[in-house]
Amino acid sequence: MNDERSGGQAGSAEALTSTPLPGHAGTALGNDIQAKIGQHLRAMYDDVVRQGVPDRFLDLLSQLDKPATKAQSGEDGGEK
Amino acid sequence: MSQFDPVLRDEIIAAIPNLRAFAISLSGNVDRADDLVQETLLRAFANINSFRTGTNLPAWLFTILRNLFRSEYRKRRREVPDSDGAFAATLTTNPDQNTHLDFEDFRTALDKLPSDQREALVLVGASGFSYEEAAEICQCAVGTIKSRVNRARKRLGELLAIEDAGDFGPDKTTQAIMTASDRL
Repeated sequence: MNDERSGGQAGSAEALTSTPLPGHAGTALGNDIQAKIGQHLRAMYDDVVRQGVPDRFLDLLSQLDKPATKAQSGEDGGEK
Repeated sequence: MSQFDPVLRDEIIAAIPNLRAFAISLSGNVDRADDLVQETLLRAFANINSFRTGTNLPAWLFTILRNLFRSEYRKRRREVPDSDGAFAATLTTNPDQNTHLDFEDFRTALDKLPSDQREALVLVGASGFSYEEAAEICQCAVGTIKSRVNRARKRLGELLAIEDAGDFGPDKTTQAIMTASDRL
């Protein structure tokens, strides 16, 4: 869960990259560039997404969560 | 009183990577983006009762983040990203050189867009929101989002076409053709 790189998104990037942004009719060159724009945009974005959730946010959330789970010992692992 | 629903908590966690990516595209700075996400989470927790279960949680969080950015971060000027740029600084993959060059061109072009166009393009083209959701997040009409996205695409297309034709000449054209045929 704390593994920042594991993301679980590994397969999705490839499927997304070849789809041009919708609704832009134009020349073949225009379309090619638009497809490239879509690819780069998603590649940049997905690269951040794949980094997962940095620990600082998980720490913050468990702190925020504490008042609500005061009775619970240990972490929210698996209740049987 | 406001016990935290674990399902909601998990959904918020699931939204964090996307919030970060959006925040980076807004602020142009990774550290500031993470501060923005942190503030968004605090704000979301404080106002969790105003979130109606069954409505769109990611859109709600994106709206909070964007409002925070607009209200306080935008007062300061958008920082000029370092030479490496915010997105590039987060790159974990190591693309081959040609792809990397393309990336550089793209990032430079993206930075030249007005912020309202860039945010609309990112929401629709990368975050995966519908035009309607993006309009909700930006608190504007759907038509406004559509026209911002179209203008952003057109401007990027112009900027990239110029760079294609200019600096790198036939090399890049060849490359574009190869990329295109690669996709078939």
